Amino acid sequence: MNKKRHPLSVLYSVFIFLFLYAPIIVLIVFSFNESKSRGRWTGFSLRWYQELFDNSTLMDALKTTLAVALISSAIAVIIGTAAALGLHYSKKRIRNVLMNVTSLPMVNADIVTGISLLLLFTFIGLKLGFVSLLLAHITFNIPYVILSVMPKLTQLDNNTFEAALDLGATPLQAFFKVMLPEISPGIVTGFILAFTMSIDDFVISFFTTGADVNTLSVAIYSMTRRGIKPEINALSTLMFITVLTLLIVVNVRSGRDVQKREKERH
Amino acid sequence: MSEHLIRLENIHKDYGGKQVLKSINLSVRDKEFVTLLGPSGCGKTTTLRIIGGFETPTAGVVYFDEKKYNDVPPHKRQVNTVFQRYALFPHLDVFENIAFGLRIRKTPEKEIKESVSSMLKLVNLSGYEKRSVTSLSGGEQQRIAIARALVNRPRVLLLDEPLGALDLKLRKEMQTELKQIQTQLGITFIYVTHDQEEALTMSDTVVVMKRGRIQQVGTPIGIYNEPANAFVADFIGESNIVDGIMNEDLVCTFAGRTFECTDRGFEKNENVDVVIRPEDLKMVPPEEGMLQGIVESVVFKGVHYEMTVRSGDIVWLVQSTLPEVCGTNVGLKVAPFDIHIMRKSEAEDEED
Repeated sequence: MNKKRHPLSVLYSVFIFLFLYAPIIVLIVFSFNESKSRGRWTGFSLRWYQELFDNSTLMDALKTTLAVALISSAIAVIIGTAAALGLHYSKKRIRNVLMNVTSLPMVNADIVTGISLLLLFTFIGLKLGFVSLLLAHITFNIPYVILSVMPKLTQLDNNTFEAALDLGATPLQAFFKVMLPEISPGIVTGFILAFTMSIDDFVISFFTTGADVNTLSVAIYSMTRRGIKPEINALSTLMFITVLTLLIVVNVRSGRDVQKREKERH
Repeated sequence: MSEHLIRLENIHKDYGGKQVLKSINLSVRDKEFVTLLGPSGCGKTTTLRIIGGFETPTAGVVYFDEKKYNDVPPHKRQVNTVFQRYALFPHLDVFENIAFGLRIRKTPEKEIKESVSSMLKLVNLSGYEKRSVTSLSGGEQQRIAIARALVNRPRVLLLDEPLGALDLKLRKEMQTELKQIQTQLGITFIYVTHDQEEALTMSDTVVVMKRGRIQQVGTPIGIYNEPANAFVADFIGESNIVDGIMNEDLVCTFAGRTFECTDRGFEKNENVDVVIRPEDLKMVPPEEGMLQGIVESVVFKGVHYEMTVRSGDIVWLVQSTLPEVCGTNVGLKVAPFDIHIMRKSEAEDEED
C-alpha cells in the first residue's frame, strides 16, 4: 500500500466528510447552546438535555421506540434465523428466488411499504397502535436478520449438522450445541442491525402507528410542525450517537470476521 | 456375534427419478477394511451415507449385526463418520471437538480427559488440546476428525475420501497410519475413494462400483490380477483392452493372430474383451515377438518407462525399465497366463 498520500487527495476527503457531517456537527453543537437561538452561540449549557428528560411526551415516545425496537428485533431474529436455515438447506433455485423475494422489502420505498401495511391493517380490521407498529417493524427487520445469518451458514462445512448427529447428538442437541453457536455471530449482528433499523425508521412507523402511540421520530415530526425546539437538537444528538455506536459495533464485528478468515487462509 | 457386521440387501436409491444405486448387495465382516472404489458419481458416497443413516434407501434392507437398521437414526447407530471436509466444529477447541460425543453421552469428566488424551496420542497430536481447530493444517484437522470419531469406540468407522484434500506425500503417510490404527483398534473400516492405489494399498476387500452398480468385490490382488470385466481392468491400474474372439477353450484370436491362453468356459467363437497389463507385455527383437510394431512414444515415469507401440490398428501400452528409441521396430511377447479374457460387460450393453 502507498502510505504517502497526495495533499490534494487529503483535502478532497476532508471536504467530502465536511459536506456529509457538517449538518450533524451543527446540530450537536447547538444542542449544547445556552439560548434558544438557532444562529447564535451564547454559551455552553446542558439545559436542553434537562428539558428533554422532563418532557413526558418525548420520554413516552422513547420508551415506545425502545420497546418496539427490542421486541421487533427479538422476534425478527427468531423468524429470520429459522428462515435462513430453511433457505440454506433448500434447493439452489428455490433459494435464489426466495432470497430475492425476502430482500424486496429492503429495496422497496419505505412509503410504499408503509402505506401497504396501513392498508393491510385497516383491511383486516387491526386497530392501529402498538401492535400494528410492532408487526410493521418485525416485517421490515426480518430481511436484515436473514442477510446477516446466511453468510455464516455458507461458511459452515456442509456436513456440520450431520457430524453432530453422527457423534450421537439428537437433532435438537445438534442444533443447540453446534449449529446455533456456529451461526450466533451472524444472529447477534442481525439483531443489532434490526434494532438500528427499527430506531431509525420514521416513514413506516408514521403510517402504521395509532394516535396515542408515538415513536421518537414520529413525535419529533409532529413537534417540529410547531417549530423546532432546541430540546429536539438534544434528542437528535442522542439518537445519532446511539445509531452510530451500533453501526460501529456491527462493522467492527464483521471486520473482525474478515480478518479471522484471512488469518485462517494463511 | 454374527459373521457379517453389516449387510446391505438389494439396496436401491433414487434421487428425483434418477437411479443412483441399483441392487447393491454387500456384506462386511467384523474388523474388515473395505474400500468402495469407483469414479465420481458411481454411488460410493451414497452407499456410505446409507450405512451412516444420512440417507434412506428407496428399497432394500440394511442389517447391522443381523438387526434391521433402516429406521435407526444416525445418532443411535454404532457407526461414526470421518467426513470429506472433516466438518470439525470451529467454535470448539481441539479438546472439545474430540470430547463432543462423550459429553453428549454424559461421560464423567475424568474419563473424558483420559479418552481424549489417549486419542490425541493415537493420532500423534498430543499437546494440541487447547489449539483452535481453524489454526490447524489440513493433515492435522484430518487427524482430529479421526480422533473425534474413534473416541466414541464405534463398531464401524466410515471414511468418505478422507485423504482427498491432502498432498501426495502426506496422503501416503496417512494411508499407512490409518491402516495401523485400524489394525491396532480392531475396528471395521469402510472407506470411500476414487484413488485405486489407495484402495489397493490399504484394503482387505475392494468393492469396485460404476454407475450405481457393484462391478466386482475381491481382495486387492484378486481384483488386480483377475478383473471381472473391462471396466474394472481399466479402472484398476492401466490396461490394454482389445476386442477378441474366443475360438475354443484355451485359444483366442486378437490383433490378427491366434494366441494360447488359460481361460475356458466361453462359447465357441464368442466375442470377448482381451485385457493385457502394460507390464506384462515384453519388448523383444522383432523376429522373436508374437506381434511386431513401431515404438511411437516414450515417457519416463520414475520407476519405469511407459511406451506406446503401434501394431496395425492397435496401439499397445508397454511398461518397461529399459527404454527404446522412438521409431524402432520391436516385437511384443505375452505369456498365456497374462492374457485375461472377459465377457463383454452386460451391464454396459443394457445402459448404452
